[in-house]
Amino acid sequence: MAQGVMVIAEQRGGEIHKISNEVTSEGRRLADALGQDLTTVVLGSGVKDKAAALARYGADKIIAADDPQLENYTSDAYVPVIAEIVKANEPAVLLLGASSMGKDLSARLSARLGVGMAQDCVSFAVEDGKLTAVRPIYAGKAYAKVTFSDDSLPQMATARPNVLAVNEPDAGRSADVVDAPVNLDDGQSKAKVAEVVVDESGKVDLTEADKIVSGGRGMKGPEGFQVLEELAAAIGGSVGASRSAVGAGWRSHTDQVGQTGKVVSPNLYVACGISGAIQHLAGMSTSKVIVAINKDPDAPIFQKADYGVVDDLFKVVPPLTEEVKKVMA
Amino acid sequence: MKIIACVKQVPDTETQIKVAPDGTSIAQDGIKWVMNPYDEFGVEEALRLKEKFGGEVIVVGLGPKRVTESLRTALAMGADKAILVTDDALEGSDALAVARALAAAVKDLEFDLILAGQRGVDDDQGLVGASLAEFLGIPHLPVITKLEASEDGKSVKANRPVEGKTLVLEAALPALVTAQKGLNEPRYASLPGIMKAKKKPLEEKSLADLGLDASEFGTGARKLKVIELTPPPERQAGKIVEGESPEEKAAALAKLLHDEAKVI
Repeated sequence: MAQGVMVIAEQRGGEIHKISNEVTSEGRRLADALGQDLTTVVLGSGVKDKAAALARYGADKIIAADDPQLENYTSDAYVPVIAEIVKANEPAVLLLGASSMGKDLSARLSARLGVGMAQDCVSFAVEDGKLTAVRPIYAGKAYAKVTFSDDSLPQMATARPNVLAVNEPDAGRSADVVDAPVNLDDGQSKAKVAEVVVDESGKVDLTEADKIVSGGRGMKGPEGFQVLEELAAAIGGSVGASRSAVGAGWRSHTDQVGQTGKVVSPNLYVACGISGAIQHLAGMSTSKVIVAINKDPDAPIFQKADYGVVDDLFKVVPPLTEEVKKVMA
Repeated sequence: MKIIACVKQVPDTETQIKVAPDGTSIAQDGIKWVMNPYDEFGVEEALRLKEKFGGEVIVVGLGPKRVTESLRTALAMGADKAILVTDDALEGSDALAVARALAAAVKDLEFDLILAGQRGVDDDQGLVGASLAEFLGIPHLPVITKLEASEDGKSVKANRPVEGKTLVLEAALPALVTAQKGLNEPRYASLPGIMKAKKKPLEEKSLADLGLDASEFGTGARKLKVIELTPPPERQAGKIVEGESPEEKAAALAKLLHDEAKVI
């Protein structure tokens, strides 16, 4: 009988990644709703001690698969290990973060387990003892509420980064940390990481960024983005771009926000010189606070913005950077 | 090199999506159907590899008859032949079922490489590529922006940008690669290409042809059930920040973000 909630935590370079706190917190809420226990699973090399801290966000039990071969994520290494843990523990719910790692891992893992998978969900509930989840589809042009067939166990989903509430850490909580066996030989040919090239030190993936400053056609050229880089640096954010800015070759493809780029959900999204084409709006509409700076008062972006500034962005953004530094000081 | 490119047909990204009266699907009227943009990168990359190594590109689609149009587009771009897995019983299948049907359609083709888009821009699940690799028991190189095959055509290297880093992944063939934007700039079909495509083989396969049991496909067999679709929550237009000068507006905005929205 499947029982309990299991979440997969993530580490980067041995440090617990913040999505782990989000999924552990949500896992706690779901476990309470079901009246069952929460188990958090961590894979990595030398992560056992760090993993213990996840008890503070609500884990009743922590399973650590600690092995040098699990230091860096590849689906080929992680899938057999987690599949074994799932088979041994038979959870009713299996929750992961929809990070770059979680999206890839969950996809292959769901096929190995032969269960349904709900990707990139923004909310969860327990209804009549079953997991339900809400996920944006068509990059947010519609929302789907989903659940699982009775034979699809565990009920498996990933959670969009930055969306779920994180529990207040409770330093009084602790949990047993249990070792999991690590057997990577599942008889399958494997992809391996041959090399890691660091593009920009410390740059956060847009899908997980807390704050994003984005530019569109109104930036007029690649050099226009300098003022956005400065604002992003001042607020501790990342720089994104619209499809037209990427299409013009002003920014890298990895910076594109929208239906054919990245779907983002930061706490603050500042859209500069972006008119707000439907495919762009779709990619950022779950941001908590949206600011639009555009000289065209009729730009559709203002319909979605919490705060709008109708003016020339090149005259607004530099003083905004200075004012932001003042209020944050 | 024998390369398979998977093609899904999706609504054009400029399409306004409306929920159908049944509440669990989208309204089909007025939709312009196109090849999934990420699959187009896969088709283009397959053609480039064929140009370098020789061989054959087979495009494989799944869905109703209208998907033929996207397969013809791929043939016009230069693919050699097409397979359409089509069956009324497939209607409403989830990602797991789609991957099972695709696996059955390609498993005996003696391929070296499979290319697919990293996700469909409709359901945004990103599951089919990885699931297909799992069912075929081959490595999966996910969400890649650069692909190189070794001179002997026996292995591939692929770049996967992730969190400010680029992972260079390596795998022996056969393998499956899912394409991300930035991999290439897909070509347009030329007029002679379009004419030639009409004569290229396009084979249709039903679930029975693939030796599959129809009862394991379609809406009823979904492991992930759709309860309802709704329009996205409305965002109310907020306030316009007023001021006599850009500097004043900037100062007012910074104050609002700090004091009211509390995001900085």
